[in-house]
Amino acid sequence: MKSRERYTNIGKRVPKLDALDKATGKAVFPQDIKLPGMLYGKILWSKHAHAEILKIETSEAEKLPGVVAVITAKDMPPTKLGFAQDNPPLKGDKVRSFRDEVAAVAAVDEYTAEQALELIKVKYKPLPAVFDPEEAMKDNAPQIHAEAKGNRNKIHHSFEYGDVNAARASSDVAVKHRFRLPFAKHCCLAPWSCVASWDAAGKLTMYSPTQMPFLYQRDLAKVLQIPTSMIRVIQPKIGGGFGTKLDLYPNEVICAALAKKTGRPVKLTYTREEEFKCTPSRQPVIADIEMGAKKDGSLTFRDVSLILDNGAYTSWGATTPYVTMIPITSLYKCKNVRFKTSIIYTNNMYSGAMRGYGNPQGTFIVESMMDALAEKLGMDALKLRLKNCNEPGEVTPQGMKVTTCGLRECIETVAGRLNWTQKRNSRDKQRGAVRRGIGVASYFHVGGGARVYRSDGCGAIVKVDDFGHVTLITGSTDMGQGSETVLAQITAEELGVRTEDVTVVNNDSAVKPWDLGSHASRTTFVAGNAARDAAAKVKAEILKAGSEVMDEAENKLEINNRKIYSKTSPDKSMDIAKVIRSAHFREQGMTFMAEAFYDPPTEMQDKEHRGNISVTYGFGTQGAEVEVDTETGQVNILKIVIANDVGRVINPMLLEGQLEGGLSMGIGYALLEKLVVENGEVMNPSFLDYKLPTVKDMPPVEIVFIETNDPSGPFGEKGAGESGVIPTAAAIGNAVADALGFRIFEIPMLPEV
Amino acid sequence: MKNKIKLHVNRQTYEVFVSAKTTLVDLLRNELGLTGTNKGCGTGECGACTVIMNGDAVNSCLVLGMDADGAEITTIEGLAHDSELDPLQKAFVNEGAVQCGFCTPGMIMAAKDFLEKNPNPTEEECQDAISGNLCRCTGYVKIVNAIKKVAESEK
Repeated sequence: MKSRERYTNIGKRVPKLDALDKATGKAVFPQDIKLPGMLYGKILWSKHAHAEILKIETSEAEKLPGVVAVITAKDMPPTKLGFAQDNPPLKGDKVRSFRDEVAAVAAVDEYTAEQALELIKVKYKPLPAVFDPEEAMKDNAPQIHAEAKGNRNKIHHSFEYGDVNAARASSDVAVKHRFRLPFAKHCCLAPWSCVASWDAAGKLTMYSPTQMPFLYQRDLAKVLQIPTSMIRVIQPKIGGGFGTKLDLYPNEVICAALAKKTGRPVKLTYTREEEFKCTPSRQPVIADIEMGAKKDGSLTFRDVSLILDNGAYTSWGATTPYVTMIPITSLYKCKNVRFKTSIIYTNNMYSGAMRGYGNPQGTFIVESMMDALAEKLGMDALKLRLKNCNEPGEVTPQGMKVTTCGLRECIETVAGRLNWTQKRNSRDKQRGAVRRGIGVASYFHVGGGARVYRSDGCGAIVKVDDFGHVTLITGSTDMGQGSETVLAQITAEELGVRTEDVTVVNNDSAVKPWDLGSHASRTTFVAGNAARDAAAKVKAEILKAGSEVMDEAENKLEINNRKIYSKTSPDKSMDIAKVIRSAHFREQGMTFMAEAFYDPPTEMQDKEHRGNISVTYGFGTQGAEVEVDTETGQVNILKIVIANDVGRVINPMLLEGQLEGGLSMGIGYALLEKLVVENGEVMNPSFLDYKLPTVKDMPPVEIVFIETNDPSGPFGEKGAGESGVIPTAAAIGNAVADALGFRIFEIPMLPEV
Repeated sequence: MKNKIKLHVNRQTYEVFVSAKTTLVDLLRNELGLTGTNKGCGTGECGACTVIMNGDAVNSCLVLGMDADGAEITTIEGLAHDSELDPLQKAFVNEGAVQCGFCTPGMIMAAKDFLEKNPNPTEEECQDAISGNLCRCTGYVKIVNAIKKVAESEK
């Protein structure tokens, strides 16, 4: 392996390949697309949290000039969406939440479509509704889905390792608390928009911001009851993903149905209010947790029980405990763990995937409890963490095999930069109403793919043309995080060319090979390994051709800076373009293209939730220094320190961007962002009332990369895209508790709480 | 009912018919095809649609098309001169201030107006300049760096 200094592309601050288009207004988002004859779609939402639909009268709407079609459940196949297949794209007999789709209109412009919605008359018979999952579990609660007895979702998670009861009995101390974590929104700056267009042969092209084009294609085909081969997915620039586009939702199905019915392309774009009310949220959680330890600080057990408000239908939210479980079973060594969930239907909105999946929730719970446990032990919170720190070679209770692990160094780095020994526990030495505190929290997350599906793979095709220009066709999706750029760097490094010599094609299902999707911090790792493998194959072909032209043994040749060199006589060199042309333009000539498919060597978890789902795991620590006004409750973050084990940094500038962006999302989760949902209705569906962090909410940030050079990653890389958000709320919560002398068990930690 | 207005966008004069309820952002995007100006909320809360109108940065979703009659407007598409990028555009690219890119045009236009009026800003003033522009991807760090970089290079 080359030393880092010898890399020409890896480790460089290469600007994002599409940044120039985005900074000049040339980038095309779905809302910018205008096809000939295109119509505009709008959805009619339910007026009730829970009601029977007695009648839908659409004739007045249909008569409005400019309206081309109105559709209801009658126009749709009887198929349903979602992991539990419980969500009809248009609701025919019953609505179960205010975000239920009742009808939809296609018209010549958005204004006409909105007017038409007001002319649709729906007769409802309101039903009793339930909004609290603990109420919904009770015997006399309104029943939301006939087939879900007691409003219990059939999805549940149950994990047990070791002997929790015995460990509890033998513990010297134990702490037990209940935590409440909120609905939070992705707040992608681009409101969701998609365009559907059917050709004369019945093929559908969807211009969609999906993060998972191939599962999207499959799910859309299934719900529309057409073959998958009849759907092409084109991904324009995605104006923010963060997990929200990890599932297929009714809006895109309705868009396709409107286009089908009218025979014209249809664009359906949400308003900001719809973004808040009608897209999935981060999964809210009520968590009961008990943790114990011996006097020396060794952890003895963790016993956790979660109640999830599933909302009215099931998207990925119900599966987030799969990841919430990871920090609970695996962050710091603990050999007796019990974890169980109750996932309960209510008449609220449903949740989906959001950056970190369930890990920010689990980490907030576990890391808050680490501090609570340290306090009860009379032990320094940092020492407790180091005492139980994860290490290379460890196998966690879930069977996750830790390979490279720089967690100890991450914790020590953050503690040093926070000046831990001087500043921790210093509130009693401070005077006045404003008290300072510091806190840390770490994370344990997948870093080498995540086998949550039969294939966790990604395909790549690398082509080098007659002029030495390289095209990487990757299955992976760039939603703004910069995967396009780091994959170009990886391809260029392997081939011995410059990043600017690489064009990346990554947004057309008809062209690109399969990929599971942009999620689970997997893209640089999985798509990067695929790109590197494909590039290595092409490189071998080029060297073989060079060997013939240059009359030198293949193993004596190397490519560097777009030239093939002889390693033994470095003055002997030839442009790769020239070598390629000489191999192309001859009898029985050839062109240079190779493909690779990388599917990480991992295993699906078994029914007991055991299995090594990732080739390697990412670790890191965040530290926060805060001041809290003890009279108003206002929290001011003075400084954040991040130290992450990322394997190897491919592009420091883009990686810093991922961490800074994740951090701001974590600050919002900890202190600002609360979706107020009352009786099923979102009461603050605007940026005025839902407090997204602004530039003024960002503290100074110090970032340290710990490079453990993971042997399984492309050039040593481990996934890190979600890591910025995972430990933030816990680190801030611990700093706030250090300043106050007591703990807040609910986020966001708003001044009035 | 539509009224004819005349406006000057990116050094080009347009005569267009607009209805009383059409906002400037919709006029720019739908009538003039200038889709670089993005619409993030339509209610003046996110700043994605910021353009410079008669020398001031405005949320173009809060301006009625009719009120742009006679106005001089610069959008993100008009910032580069003779294919030479504005220093802010270069700095946003090179400093890593762009991720999904949806807030970027509005950020750059807000920063442009700010630096025209305050060429020697402090860091805090740079932050204030974009405090009405939301970004979900970057955490703002690199956006502020880019603005500072331009301010410093033009000293």
